Amino acid sequence: MTDVGSLFPSDSLATVRSVLERHAGEPGGLLPILHDVQDALGCIPADAVPVIAKGLNLSRAEVHGVVTYYHHFRTESAGRIVVQVCRAESCQACGADALMAHAEKALGCASHHTRADGAYTLETVYCLGMCALSPAIMVGDKLHASMTPEKFDRVVASLGNPA
Amino acid sequence: MSSVKVYVSRDSAAQAVGADEVAASLQSECARRGLTLELVRNSSRGLFWLEPLMEVDTPGGRVAYGPVTPDDIPALLDAGLLDGGDHALCQGPTEAIPYLARQERLAFARMGITDPLSLADYEAHEGWAGLKRALTLDGAAIVEQVTQSGLRGRGGAAFPAGIKWQTVFKTPAAQKYVVCNADEGDSGTFSDRMTMEGDPYMLIEGMTIGGIAVGATQGYVYIRSEYPHSVAVMNEAVAHATAAGYLGNSVCGSGRAFHLHVRKAAGSYVCGEETAMLESIEGKRGIVRAKPPLPAIAGLFGQPSVINNVITFASVPLILARGAQFYRDYGMGRSTGTLPFQLAGNIKYGGLVEKAFGITLRELLYDFGGGSRSGRPIKAVQVGGPLGTYIPESQWDIPLDYEAYAAAGAVVGHGGVVVHDDTADMAKLARHAMEFCAIESCGKCTPCRIGSTRGMEVIDRISSNQDRAQQVILLRDLCDTMVNGSLCAMGSMTPLPVLSALNHYPEDFGITAPSEQAA
Repeated sequence: MTDVGSLFPSDSLATVRSVLERHAGEPGGLLPILHDVQDALGCIPADAVPVIAKGLNLSRAEVHGVVTYYHHFRTESAGRIVVQVCRAESCQACGADALMAHAEKALGCASHHTRADGAYTLETVYCLGMCALSPAIMVGDKLHASMTPEKFDRVVASLGNPA
Repeated sequence: MSSVKVYVSRDSAAQAVGADEVAASLQSECARRGLTLELVRNSSRGLFWLEPLMEVDTPGGRVAYGPVTPDDIPALLDAGLLDGGDHALCQGPTEAIPYLARQERLAFARMGITDPLSLADYEAHEGWAGLKRALTLDGAAIVEQVTQSGLRGRGGAAFPAGIKWQTVFKTPAAQKYVVCNADEGDSGTFSDRMTMEGDPYMLIEGMTIGGIAVGATQGYVYIRSEYPHSVAVMNEAVAHATAAGYLGNSVCGSGRAFHLHVRKAAGSYVCGEETAMLESIEGKRGIVRAKPPLPAIAGLFGQPSVINNVITFASVPLILARGAQFYRDYGMGRSTGTLPFQLAGNIKYGGLVEKAFGITLRELLYDFGGGSRSGRPIKAVQVGGPLGTYIPESQWDIPLDYEAYAAAGAVVGHGGVVVHDDTADMAKLARHAMEFCAIESCGKCTPCRIGSTRGMEVIDRISSNQDRAQQVILLRDLCDTMVNGSLCAMGSMTPLPVLSALNHYPEDFGITAPSEQAA
């Protein structure tokens, strides 16, 4: 049998192995491992799945099932800037749908998509916990509340050109 | 002369409207003027419409200014900010602001006052008093205190905490667990987030008391991935508490062990359901388990587990410190104590309002919330998260108490209050409830997995007037199946917002004839 990681770039493979080592023996450690892999590699590549499965003595199907069950985990890298727009009830009551429509136009990409040049990924989220100051968005790891289309444009402009 | 203390919150909602920029502007402008100050990044008072809120320590107590922008700083300093000088943004003494002064803060007593990660601040404000008392009692006596307080699960289900703890206490096992459900996914709620970011040691203390009481030596806090700030603060707080001996092999030198682990979730709403959460902590897909067995008997890794929400655990230290009777004296009927209500959505003064049970929605909406933010009439209020009912004005005077709300077919849930003005389309919101269920269903049971998609289709046909009268009957029938046939609250409660929208706002569904409205 060939090495399960043989098609995987060696530095990525080393990253996954070091994550596995760090969490060795941790009860129910799959989610923390997947978080660490995604934080390091930007996503959980298909080639990482057999390595993780072998490391935890799970089947590939079990690991694949977990990766694809949770909204947070990506199997492909996102755009350079991830923009999340909350569309839960509280934000809907304060114009979230119009804000999303504005975001699609301003960023030039549809919700749940990455722009062709890889500059932005636009996503819908359900609740960022900013509900007293709706509507809210998250850009990268930075939260912005009490959003308006004008404020949205200022936030995006402040990021410079990621293209 | 010692420097003046100025407080700017580090709560992520305050940061989301510019608190970091305000703090930076204050520091640079003070440096430029040669003024010295001690900047404290405190938790938030929960008066979010005033964020970024700046508080200045004066001999007469803290004076509040808000909402402050970075550009306001020079004028504020010109007006004598550091002496509590008058300015258009000055709100007077913070604790005299009516929104805050009228609250009954028990779980949120330290909120906005302390530096969240300062152990000295926590100790100076009654921190660890409950744990120290618990360590003088045996497990049965601790459980008895929680039972006597009448504390019920604050996550939404309102199950008596003491009974749950008693079950775990009495179930023999070599390893037991304490699990905190911090997967606060309900739109309109942020009290768990504020607690973890703003008073993390209170949650650690409550969980440790739980562990000491039932004989559990391992605890997990399961925090949603949409709350990266909460995850970071809790990790840091656990490290500090462990280093200071409040967690570890010998809690406060008692010889009793309790270890706490922070687990980051991965964006699945249904993992707020306790058995799906257990699966997730075990490293699996968040699929709901059938009950029985109850998690109190066979929970995390198959072992007896106390599972409570953040606010439930956070209420425990005070109950131990001041006694069950103190807590019981708040509230009404079987709903004892207080609930941190969260005013959200289209509301003028959005924020955290901790009050004893028994307050009415009308008081929250107008005496605290000041009506809608848009200035238009309030049409519908969703209480208890996305699975809660839409409450029309005719029901705004029902006291917020678990039994009174249940009698009206509504739920108090986790205390979220989301306001919609008269531009809201209730058929659209009903469709959203079904759509959300379709997106977030774990897929284990058919009524939830398939019913939610069929629900969207039926509502679409009602909205576009294809056999409307028939489709309304079909929607009610579908909701009946979901309510009675689903495995957990995701499927069984999604019909609550749908049916309440249909019953109270039939005109939004194009229904006018009384025959079509018959239940």
